[in-house]
This record gives sequence, structure tokens and C-alpha cells, in this order.
Amino acid sequence: MQTIWYRTGDESWLRLTRFFGTLMLINFAIGVATGLVQEFQFGMNWSVYSVFVGDVFGAPLAIEGLAAFMLEATFLGLWIFGWDKLSRRVHLATVWVFALGTWLSAFFIMVANSWMQRPVGSTVTDGRAELTNIGELLGNRLALHAYLHVVLVGLTTAAVVIFGVACWHLLRGRNVDLFRKAALLALIVGVPISALNLVVGSRLGIVVTDYQPIKISATEALWDTEQPAAFSLFQIGGFTKDDQTPSFDLEIPKLLSFLATGSLDGKVEGINELQRQAETQYGSGNYTPPVRTTYWAMRIMAYFGTLVFMVLALGGFLYWRRKLEHARWFLWVGLLSIPLPYLAALSGWVLTEIGRQPWIVWGLLKTTDANSPSVSTTTLAFSLGVFAVLYGALAVVDFVLMRRYARLDPPELGGEGDEMPLPAVSY
Amino acid sequence: MDLDTFWFCLIAVLWSGYFVLEGFDFGVGMLLLFLPSRERGEEDRRTMFQAIGPVWDGNEVWLVVAAGATFAAFPAWYATMFSGFYIALLLILVLLIVRVVSFEWRAKSESPRWRWVWTWANTIGSVGVPFIWGVALASLLYGVPLNSDGDYAGNLADLLSPYSVFAGIAFVLLFAFHGATFLTLRTAGELHQRAERAARRLAIPAVLVSGAFLVWTLVVAMDRNDKDLFPPALPAILGIVTLVLAAAFLFRERNGRTFAMTALGTIAGVATLFTSLYPRVMVSNPDFANSLTVENASSSPYALKVMTVAALILVPIVLLYQGWTYYVFRRRLGGETTVTS
Repeated sequence: MQTIWYRTGDESWLRLTRFFGTLMLINFAIGVATGLVQEFQFGMNWSVYSVFVGDVFGAPLAIEGLAAFMLEATFLGLWIFGWDKLSRRVHLATVWVFALGTWLSAFFIMVANSWMQRPVGSTVTDGRAELTNIGELLGNRLALHAYLHVVLVGLTTAAVVIFGVACWHLLRGRNVDLFRKAALLALIVGVPISALNLVVGSRLGIVVTDYQPIKISATEALWDTEQPAAFSLFQIGGFTKDDQTPSFDLEIPKLLSFLATGSLDGKVEGINELQRQAETQYGSGNYTPPVRTTYWAMRIMAYFGTLVFMVLALGGFLYWRRKLEHARWFLWVGLLSIPLPYLAALSGWVLTEIGRQPWIVWGLLKTTDANSPSVSTTTLAFSLGVFAVLYGALAVVDFVLMRRYARLDPPELGGEGDEMPLPAVSY
Repeated sequence: MDLDTFWFCLIAVLWSGYFVLEGFDFGVGMLLLFLPSRERGEEDRRTMFQAIGPVWDGNEVWLVVAAGATFAAFPAWYATMFSGFYIALLLILVLLIVRVVSFEWRAKSESPRWRWVWTWANTIGSVGVPFIWGVALASLLYGVPLNSDGDYAGNLADLLSPYSVFAGIAFVLLFAFHGATFLTLRTAGELHQRAERAARRLAIPAVLVSGAFLVWTLVVAMDRNDKDLFPPALPAILGIVTLVLAAAFLFRERNGRTFAMTALGTIAGVATLFTSLYPRVMVSNPDFANSLTVENASSSPYALKVMTVAALILVPIVLLYQGWTYYVFRRRLGGETTVTS
């Protein structure tokens, strides 16, 4: 938005930049606050894991801090406070550098996470993993797919939020010209990106099948190997080892084969067979992730992701026919779609992480063996309680503030010359 | 120098960076309740927030990087320290979270009560966090119970020794002084004078307590960590000299030099602590043999080499652009007329 303002000189884009910039900052506070917890908790709760993985997992994390987090924090500060201290061009550059920081940050995080899913570039010596090839670690095929997916999800979410907020203002009929522009930008980004994301997401599914087949078959509640395999749209029952046949099942033939292998006639191995294979490889034990959770997480993710695309595509169609601001029912749909990408993204993470169980590092370390021996259950329960309360309170305040600021009229621009006030963003 | 030692030094540098930078914004946070005048309190507080507004986030990242570097270079140290100091770190996290959102959310409502809550939140965080870091880092040297696997075998009370609590107090006083000095450089008008008065009042106690802490550190190092007086005495002497100079410059109204000296004093303090630790990273007491060392806690040579390359490229770049940030925001705030320093 700021770039368009810089290029065209059209001040409505500046007003939009500030309006949505404020919303971003309220959210960013939460990200900063909770990011540190994420980093500390590895050592606090998972000390065995930390010792085991530090050599490999620590490197992308440390580089992320140094390369990306520093960029984000410093240049965001420059952007917020630099409106009247930097030339327009330099000030615009700060927000681009900030964005670069977030892209880098996501990359290193996905490298670290993907190593937990598919440990490459390392060997296990003396009971701990050691980095042997940084190129393999950074070039992990899974990491590249997952990274692309995460970035597209981020862009889609942003587009849906901007579009939803714009819909609300169009519903109210104020600042219509301004928010038509915001909606258009959101659609231009959101329609192709959310469509592309559906493709990338299913590509990721095929890659995951290569490395973690049991995750996929658990996700699909596919107990017995099938060729070709049907995709279950909705089923009741059939989620446990003792109850493998659903009492109701709505299926699309051959679709799972396509989603998991890329071919309509591909063979998809079932849980029972993969469990047997894992027992031969790792000794007896349960190697099946929770089927019910992953099944529904995948469906919430996929259905909401598709829904998001349909909403945005319909928005694009209405915009093109110049009916967007008159179709009140659709503006409501746009507004109410705001939670969808969040729920989809959350489900995606549930799928990825729960689907990895019982492993914390795939094939190398089990979650049950990875926690801190010196931390008692009481302490853990206490800290979990503290964070539940704290995060709950933060979420409520965040929501209230976001709503309040999303409802405001975008700031009018002050007089020329003297310091441009930025009331909502400065302290 | 082998890579283990290099990373030990680099982590010391990162902690120094963290305390020099976030030290003054902690100090400003502590003074939020005391410095503003009765009549124009809200305006003063806002100026104080603005003085650290553009930079506090970048400052805090030094902690993120210090912790990340410890994880990557010394996984066993990271794991034992973070799981062992569980409650202390939990407190730090809670206080930091509250402090972070106080920055972002305080101005989001006009209500005096809302602002009062977040001002207090910021001050409590700004006092509590450096105090707990002081206790935690001093405990690394003072020694905590570790078992033969290098796991923590104590509880929260094992962190609280007279020495570690004194370290916490020294950190708080030093940063209050450091922050007041920072404000003398970043403000103008009446607030500037108030900041100067506060700095003068804080100077003597801060210098005395910090100096005493440095001496005590040497005693603990020799007593409990099998160290000689040298080399740890070198940074300790440097620290005492710079802090005395800081006070001297302050009373001659050379505030820029005062700030340089409090910053140097902070660095010397971290250096004293880390030199006293080396080659151990976490002293075990009573079973000294269980101590974690630079050698037995470090990552593989290959991983260290990869990260060394990354650090040598990235650290100078970070220093460059963070330095540029301070240059951009060099203008003083508040007062009737804006004075350029």
C-alpha cells in the first residue's frame, strides 16, 4: 500500500497504510511477546530434546534470530517512528526490509521444523544428532514445500483480513472509495494466492507421503492399504484400532490416491501395514498418530482453505461486475470469513505436529523421552496454567483492540510540513 | 582460539549487547513512576516512552540471539540452565510479555486507568527482569547442584544466595543509572533536568554496589570456581574505573561521556562474570566435578564452523544498521523547543 502511495502519490493509499499498519502493530506485540516463550521453552520443558537436537536445530534458530529477527525488530521501529525523520524513499525501504525479515524468519523456522519431520544433513553420534551438511539441512525438500505453503497461508490470511475489514466499512457505507481500493488490493493478492496455495498444499501432501506415510494414512483414517484409494469427505466412527470401519462414510473414489501420490491409481498404504513396518524397524510400540484428531484437522484445514478461495473468487467476480458494495449479503460473508484462514492455519499445524507423534524427531527421538527430567509435573502444570491465563487475557485484549481500531475511520492526514502525527501508532 | 572458546566469547558479547542496550530501556522503565513531574506527568511519561520506543524491540532481540546462540553452540548448557532455572525463567517470560504489550498497548486508550495499569506493568517488568537475570547469571558462577548427567538437581531456593541476590540488586541499580543517563541525552527542557537530578542521585549507590559486586565476583571465582585472581581481575578493574569515571563525568555535566562509561561498565561487568566462569559455563556445587564446561557442553566442530561463518557475516551488518537507527533517532524529545544534540 505504501509502495502504491509512493509510486502514485495518491494519498488514500497512505491513509490505508496507516490504518492497516496500526492493526498489524497490535498483533505484532503478541508475536514478539510469545516468540520469546517459544525459544525459551525448548530448554525449559524439553531439555533432553535440546541436548539431542541443539547441534542441528539450534543453528537455524540462532541464524534466524541474528539474520531475521534483528531485521524485523529494528526496521519496524524505524518504520513506526521514522515517518518524519526519513525521506519517503528510505522510509518505504524500511517496511520492505521489515517484510524481508519476516520472510527470512519463516524460512529458518520451517527449516528447523522440517528437520523434526524429516531429519536430513545430520547423523546421530553418541546419542545426539550432529550437523553434517548445512546445505542438505537448508535444502530439505520438505522444508521448501512447507515454507512456500506457510508463506502463501500468511499472504492469504492478510488478504482475507484486509478484505473482511474493507467489507465492514463498505457495509457501513463510509469511506467507500477508500475501502474499495483496499478490497481490490486484497482480491488481487488473495484470489491467485489462495488458489495457488491449494495446489501447493496438496503438493506438500505428496511430499509428506514420501517421508511420513503413516501420518497421511492416519489423517485419512485409512486402515488398510488401497489401490486406488478413495478420499473420505466425512465419516462417523472408524477412528480407532478396535473400530476401523466407519458407520457412515462419504467418499470420492481415487481422490486420495491423487492427493497422496499424484496419480489416480497410486497405492496408498494403510495404517495397519505401516504400523507393522514401524514395529519391525523400531521395536514394539505404538507408531500411529491420533487418527481422529489428524482426520478432522486435515478436513478443517482443507475445507476452510477452499472456502476462503471461493469467498475471495466470488468477491473478485462481484468487484468486476461492480456489484461488490451493493451485495450486502456478500459483504457480511466477507466480514465473517476473517476467522477462516486462522482456523485453517491452526488446523494445519495441529495436523503437522500431532501427525508426527509419537516422534518428536521423526524416527530418532520419541516425544515421551524428550522432556526435562529436572522439571516436575507440578511445575509444568503451574507454568501451563500461568500461560493459559496470560495468553487468554492477551487474546481477549488483542481482539478488543483490533476490533476497535478496525472500526475507526482511517486517519485523516494532517497539514503539510510539520510532523505528521500518527496517533494510534506512537506512544 | 578454538571454536568452543570463540562461541563462549561471542555469547558473552551478546549478553553485553543485551544489557548495554536493554539496560537503558529497563532504566527508563524503572524511572517511569519517579521521574515525571506532578503537573505534566502523562506528557513526561509519553516522552519517556518515545525515547525508547523505536529501539527497545531491537534491544530485546539481543536476548533472543544470546539464548539462540547458547542453544546452538552449547546445547547442554542451554538445556540444563533453562530447565533448571525453570521458575526464574518463567517469571522473566511473564514479566517480559507484560512489558512488551505495555509498550504497544498503553497508548491505545485515553483512559487514565488503562494507562496507569500499563505504566506500572512496564515498571515492574523493568525492575523484575534485570533483577532475575542478575540472580540467574550470578548463580552460574556461584554454583548450583548438578548431577553426574549434568542435569539440575536443585530447586528455586538454590538460586538464592546472598551473592546472587546482591548481583540482582547491582543490575537493577546500574541500569537505573544507565537509563537516567540515557534520558539526559534524549530529552530536553524540564524533563532533561529531572533526568539529570535522578542520575546524580543514582550515581553513588550504583557505582558503590556495582563495584562491590565486581569484587565479590572475584572472590567467588577464586573460592568456588578454582580461578586465579588474573585474568578476571582485569575486566573487574576496568569496570570499577569506568563506573567511577561515569560518576565523575556526570558531576561535570559531561552526559555523553557518562553514558559511554555506564555502557562500558556494563560490558566490563559481563566480561568479569564470563571470565570468572571460563572454562566452565555452569559451576556445580557441591559436586564440582559435575560442572558443565565449554568443552563438554558444546556442539560438534562442524556445526560451530557453520555458525561461525554466519555470525561473522551477520553481526557486523546488525551493528551497522542498529547504529544507523540510533543516528536517525538522535534528536531530543520534549521541552518547549526541540534541541538538536
